[in-house]
Amino acid sequence: MRIRGLLGAFGGRAFISRVPIFSRSISTLVLAEHEGGAVKASSLCALEAAKLLGEGNSVSLLLSGSGPSLQEAAAHAASCSRSISRVLVADWDKFSYPLAEAWAKLVQIVQQKGNYSHIVAASGSFGKNILPRAAALLDVSPITDVIGIRGSNLFVRPIYAGNALSTVRYLGSDPCMLTIRSTSFPLESDSASHGSVDVAVDTVDVSTISEDESLKKSKYISISSQDKERPDLGNSRVVVTGGRGLKSAENFKLIESLAEKLGAAVGATRAAVDAGFVPNELQVGQTGKIVAPELYMAFGVSGAIQHVAGMRDSKVIVAVNKDSDAPIFQIADYGIADDLFKIIPELLEKLPEKK
Amino acid sequence: MKIMVAIKRVVDYAVKIRVKTDKSGVETSNVKMSMNPFCEIALEEALRIKESGRASEVVAVSIGPAQCVDTLRTGLAMGADRGIHIDYTGALYPLSIAKILKALVRLEKPQLLLLGKQAIDDDCNQTGQMVAGLLEWPQGTFASKVVLEENTVTVDREVDGGLETLCLDLPAVITTDLRLNQPRYATLPNIMKAKSKPIKKLTPADLEVEIRSDLEVVEVTEPPKRKAGVMLSSVDELIDKLKNEARVL
Repeated sequence: MRIRGLLGAFGGRAFISRVPIFSRSISTLVLAEHEGGAVKASSLCALEAAKLLGEGNSVSLLLSGSGPSLQEAAAHAASCSRSISRVLVADWDKFSYPLAEAWAKLVQIVQQKGNYSHIVAASGSFGKNILPRAAALLDVSPITDVIGIRGSNLFVRPIYAGNALSTVRYLGSDPCMLTIRSTSFPLESDSASHGSVDVAVDTVDVSTISEDESLKKSKYISISSQDKERPDLGNSRVVVTGGRGLKSAENFKLIESLAEKLGAAVGATRAAVDAGFVPNELQVGQTGKIVAPELYMAFGVSGAIQHVAGMRDSKVIVAVNKDSDAPIFQIADYGIADDLFKIIPELLEKLPEKK
Repeated sequence: MKIMVAIKRVVDYAVKIRVKTDKSGVETSNVKMSMNPFCEIALEEALRIKESGRASEVVAVSIGPAQCVDTLRTGLAMGADRGIHIDYTGALYPLSIAKILKALVRLEKPQLLLLGKQAIDDDCNQTGQMVAGLLEWPQGTFASKVVLEENTVTVDREVDGGLETLCLDLPAVITTDLRLNQPRYATLPNIMKAKSKPIKKLTPADLEVEIRSDLEVVEVTEPPKRKAGVMLSSVDELIDKLKNEARVL
C-alpha cells in the first residue's frame, strides 16, 4: 500500500477521510456463504444491508468453495437479486471448508483488486470469524454486529448485551468493513424476484493464496451435524425456548413437541446447554444466537440479561414460569405464572394443528 | 512453553447499566468492575495447561488506565506468573489492542495467545481474530475445548451449525467461549502471594505502536422500550390473545 505511505508523509489518513461523501462512489463487496447450491439467507440479509449504504452502490458478491455446489451457488447468486452487479467466485479445494486464514487472505486480494468502499458480511459465526481478521490485514477498524445503517459511514450497534445502542461514525479510509445482524435487515418480499440479466460471474485468481505457506497451519477436521428437520433457529417465524426449569434433557422433549406442533425452531438458554439438556447451537443469547421471530415462547426461563439480549427484538414474547417475579415477565407481552409441566401439555392439547 | 493471556477490565456482568443522560456513554463511575468473564475463562485454560506440565509460564496482559492493575492482580491471584500493564487512558479499539498485543508477542514470544472471545461491554468479538491476522498465526475462535498436542492444538469451536473441530499449528491464537471451563476463584493465600508477583508497566509508545482512532462514538442511547405486557391466567386466554390480538397464530 505505497500510496498510503506517501500520504503518510503529508499528514496521514486524514487526507483520505476528508474526501466529502457525496463525491465518493460507493461499491460494496458482500462476503457470502452458500449451502446446498444456494446463497444462504443470512448473506442475502447482508445484501439488504448493503443497499442502505447509499445511492448508486455497485454490489459484488464473493463466494468461495470448490466443485459443482459452488458453481450452482454462483448461478443462484447471479439470478437472485436485482442489487447484485457482479459475482466473484474463488474455487480452490482448501476453500471447501471456510477457514478464516484463507478467507481473510482472499478478501485482502479481492479488495486490493476491486478497491471497494465497503465490505459487508452477516454476523454469524462465518462473518464474526473472518471479517475482523481480514480487517486487520487491510489495517482498518471494522464495525461488528450492526443493527442500523444511517448512511455510508454512520452505524448503530448494540453494546452491553443490547442494553445500550452505540451510534458510531467511521472516519477511516476505505474499505469500511461491517458485519450486520441478519435479524435487523430482513429480506424484502421482492428479494426472491429475479436479478438483472447482465450479472457478470468472474473467477478470482487464487494462485497467490494457494501458494501461501502460512495457510497450511490450520486444518478443518470435522463438524457435528445439526438436526436439519427442524426449522433453522436463525430464520424461524416461531421459536420455542426451554430454560433451566425443564430440569432434564428428557423433559426437553416437551419443548420439542410444542415446537413440532407450531412448526417452530427450538431454542435454549445457556443454563439448559450447560446442563447438557441440548447442544450448543440452540443457545439464544448475548453470545449465542440472536433471534427475532414473530413469536418467541419461553418456558422455564428466568430472563437473565444475557438471554434477553438474544431475543428482545422478537415481535411477540410469551413467558411461562412458576416464579411470578422472574425478570422474563418484564419483557414478555403475555405471561403466565404457572408450572410449565402443566401449561405445555395443555397447550399441546388445545393448539390448532399446524397447517 | 510460554502462554500469554490478554485480560480486560469491564463492568461486572450482573450490573444493570445506565445510559448517561447526555448520551455520551454508559455510566461506569461507582459501578462494580470485574475481569471480563471470557477473559477469566482464557486465563483459567492457560493455568490448566501450565498445571498439566505443558507450559512453564503464564503471562497476563491488560491494556488501559491504571485500574487495569487491579484486574492483573486478580489474574496473578488466580495463578498467572507475572503481569504486563500497557498504560493508556484514551479510547482503545480492537485494531489498536491487536497491534499492541502483536508487539508484545514479538517481545515475549509465547507459543499460545489466549483471549476471551468478546468483551461484555462493547461486545465486539474482534480482537483475537485481528491479532491472529497481524501475526499471521492460525486462529481457533469461540473455543469450547482445547487439546494441546506436540506442535499443534486441536480446538472445538461453537459455531452456528454445531461444533467444529480444527487442528492448528503452534504458535496459535485461541479465543474462548463460555463452555470451555469454569474459572477458579482466587484463594486467600494466592491473593497474598500475588502481591509480590511482578507487573511490568509499558506504554504503547514503548512498543512503537501508534494509537489511531478511525471510529468516533456519536451517541449512546437506550434501546426502544417494549410496551408493557400482561399476565394471563389460563392457556385458553393465551391462545385467544395470540390468535386474535397479536395475530401470530
